Amino acid sequence: MLTRTRTALADTATLAPARRISGAAPPVARQQRQRRQQRGHRLAHAAAALLRRPGCTLALVFVAVCLCGAFAPGLFAGFDPNATAPADKLQPPNPVHWFGTDDLGRDLFARVVHGSTLSLRAGCLAVGIALGAGLGLGVLSGFAGGRVDALVMRGIDVLLALPGFLLALVVVTAIGFGTVPVAIAVGIGLVPGFARTTRAEVLRVKTLPYVEAARLGGARWGRIVLTHVLPNAWGPVAVLATLDFGSAVLATAGLGFLGFGAAPPAPEWGTLIATGRRFLVTAPWLSLLPGLVAMLLVFSLNHIARTLEETRR
Amino acid sequence: MSAVPVVELRELRLGYRHGHDCIDAVRGVSLQVRRGETVAIVGESGSGKSTLANAIVGLLPDSATIAGGAIVVEGEDVTRASEAHRRRLRGRVLGFVPQDPHVSLNPTMRIGRQVGEALVQAKGGRYAALDADVVELLEQVGLDQPALRAHQYPHELSGGMRQRVLIAIALAGDPALIIADEPTSALDVTVQRRILDHLAQLVAQRDIALLIITHDLGVAADRADRVLVMHAGRIVEQGRPQDILVAPRAPCTRELIAATASLTGLVRLAAAAGTNTGEAAFAANAGEAGFAAHAGERASAAAAGLDARPASRQHELPADREILRVERLGKDYALRNARGHAQSLRALDDLSFAVHAGQTLAIVGESGSGKSTALRIALGLERPTRGRVFFDGREISHLSAAAFRPLRRRIQLVQQNPFAALDPRFSVRQSVVEPLVSFGLQRGAELEASARRLVDLVHLPASCLERLPRELSGGQRQRVAIARALALGPQLLFLDEPVSALDVSVQARILALLAELQRELGVSYVLVSHDLSVVASVAHRVLVLRGGVTVEQGPIGRVFGQPASDYTRELLAAVPGARQAAVA
Repeated sequence: MLTRTRTALADTATLAPARRISGAAPPVARQQRQRRQQRGHRLAHAAAALLRRPGCTLALVFVAVCLCGAFAPGLFAGFDPNATAPADKLQPPNPVHWFGTDDLGRDLFARVVHGSTLSLRAGCLAVGIALGAGLGLGVLSGFAGGRVDALVMRGIDVLLALPGFLLALVVVTAIGFGTVPVAIAVGIGLVPGFARTTRAEVLRVKTLPYVEAARLGGARWGRIVLTHVLPNAWGPVAVLATLDFGSAVLATAGLGFLGFGAAPPAPEWGTLIATGRRFLVTAPWLSLLPGLVAMLLVFSLNHIARTLEETRR
Repeated sequence: MSAVPVVELRELRLGYRHGHDCIDAVRGVSLQVRRGETVAIVGESGSGKSTLANAIVGLLPDSATIAGGAIVVEGEDVTRASEAHRRRLRGRVLGFVPQDPHVSLNPTMRIGRQVGEALVQAKGGRYAALDADVVELLEQVGLDQPALRAHQYPHELSGGMRQRVLIAIALAGDPALIIADEPTSALDVTVQRRILDHLAQLVAQRDIALLIITHDLGVAADRADRVLVMHAGRIVEQGRPQDILVAPRAPCTRELIAATASLTGLVRLAAAAGTNTGEAAFAANAGEAGFAAHAGERASAAAAGLDARPASRQHELPADREILRVERLGKDYALRNARGHAQSLRALDDLSFAVHAGQTLAIVGESGSGKSTALRIALGLERPTRGRVFFDGREISHLSAAAFRPLRRRIQLVQQNPFAALDPRFSVRQSVVEPLVSFGLQRGAELEASARRLVDLVHLPASCLERLPRELSGGQRQRVAIARALALGPQLLFLDEPVSALDVSVQARILALLAELQRELGVSYVLVSHDLSVVASVAHRVLVLRGGVTVEQGPIGRVFGQPASDYTRELLAAVPGARQAAVA
């Protein structure tokens, strides 16, 4: 209400000089600079709002580090993840081997970092697949309505009735293991959530006056969807994407844990935890540390999603 | 009158925390409300009046802080009282009637249960005669068939009935003070009058106090014993409504009076001109001069913006060309009742009218009268069940969406709510030129020039082109929406309640802008409104709709001056500001 006071005052103040001054238009370059400044200003403002929450900053940094590790593991891991050194086997965490070593003397930290490659890449891809398919289906059924809507949504209901992880297991058994198959397997399970959220948002935005105004302004459906509906329906979907990224990582690790993961000796979070299980009493760090990293990642993603949701309101 | 005031504020100061800084919303307000008294707080939106009401009831958001002063309820300082304590006060001492009846009731609970809940809270537990009390309360607030209403859900009731239910809930605890925050601004004029009459009657019967928060000086002046004018968090003036109307001291009071006087005065003016010698006298502008003299200094500010318009009306009256003609239009909606029998609701029946080039036709009616349906049919958003619509001699009522598209360049709409009519992610520039982009008419530097021309047309500075809608006030947003509608250079503009969401003083400015644009661009308007004062200030012809049926239509002077139907007379009488007009 207070911001309105200020702008209401501004309304009265700015009315007078408006008329007939358009002749003195500033040069285009200056305008563009102004425009960019204004946009930069808004971005800086949003960033400042995020940085005021230390928890969120920490989570963002952690996720960023994990992503860096996943796409350029050489940056972080000083050891070869597959180089065995029987003399150094089962060492507890120490300054040389940060996470200790496993039963064959391989550096656990290097294995965790290299293992993240598969989990995170598959997670990213899975969310990408789910986002693409979910957004498409959601917009289609929200916009078309009627029979198309009923048909798409019943299909989604069927998908929703199957437990996601079971579905992923079936797909992986059918098409084998690897970044892409895992991503597809996990991604399909995530589609219903995206489709439903998108549809609900599209239904909400579709009835708003500015969409009608755009239609009356002569905009075609494609333009309305791309410029008005999607950007304004995006918020909750983005939150869901962040949340589901965490579950995708968990699902990938779960597949690995159950033995549907990468074939040894390739490192993978789920496989690492599963093999470490045998030494839980003598060398607990073998299971606990990879598990801790996975947990922290999911926790960070959830926290970011939560913050996004709050700042949106 | 008892010695102890029900509510007393002493130098109350309130602020909202915003990041690290604190913005003052209320800066040192003192007031007393005693039993049997009706007090009105008037001010524009943002003047802090709702914050004040919330502070009294103890419903401030977490970001608000009390910076100083005291709130005293029945002699007891509750400024720093606990939530539990304040909850005991709410309902039993302070009754609150919220602003918007459409969202203030729980949609999943029957009316009776919601009122019953308030009674249970007030009496401290369930008791045998609860149901009987609920019905009695609903009867007291003037609902017909209260026993039936108690079993209905909120969506089955009209806005006016829901507002009565909210009043019943406020009355449940037999409070000493009722605080009504804009109790009727979401309602039609006639409903508004009935509700306010009823509130006044209840106050008199029960000897309780009433605090009305409103932006409408007309409402305040008609109802209150004492009026307090708030501006920027301060009370700038208080006194009896007669005194304030006759001799306002603060400039912002004068502004408020001028805004309402010019609007309500115009209704009376139009009426007066009509009774004299009909249209001719009206066109001859005789009444206008008289009005200006009467309203004198107070209305001069607003009149300056408005007085050019009747002249233009007279100017363009001998209109030649019909731009829009509607013939015997009818629309039925299929309803399905509980037993599955298809029924139909007749939203529009046998509506005929014509709009002439460069003129304004106003369609007046309460909500549910079919005025929006008529507008949507004419815009090609819905199809009529019967009848035809002609635009510039060509039938358009059964065109497909694709066939209608070229016509969008000639027919445009300004929507009701400027807060939802603009895409929140689009800057003013993007919004304004969107129709040009959609039709692929201009690009680059040409588009830039158009954007500047359009915002200039609606008197906005070029510097606001980069702003987002949330950085604009309501009036500014409506200006942007008007600019967008004008982008394609339409010949016909539909105005769907263009100012109903705005403050009174902003309303006057937007209406003046619309009149000016019509003069300069020669565009025709079809104005849909429930507010007679708005209609009086811009329309040439009026059509009164009720329940989908035309009650009467004709030139504004005749319809307002010599209304042929009782309904039009009722509408005219319900315009707030009677006391004010008497003083003027």
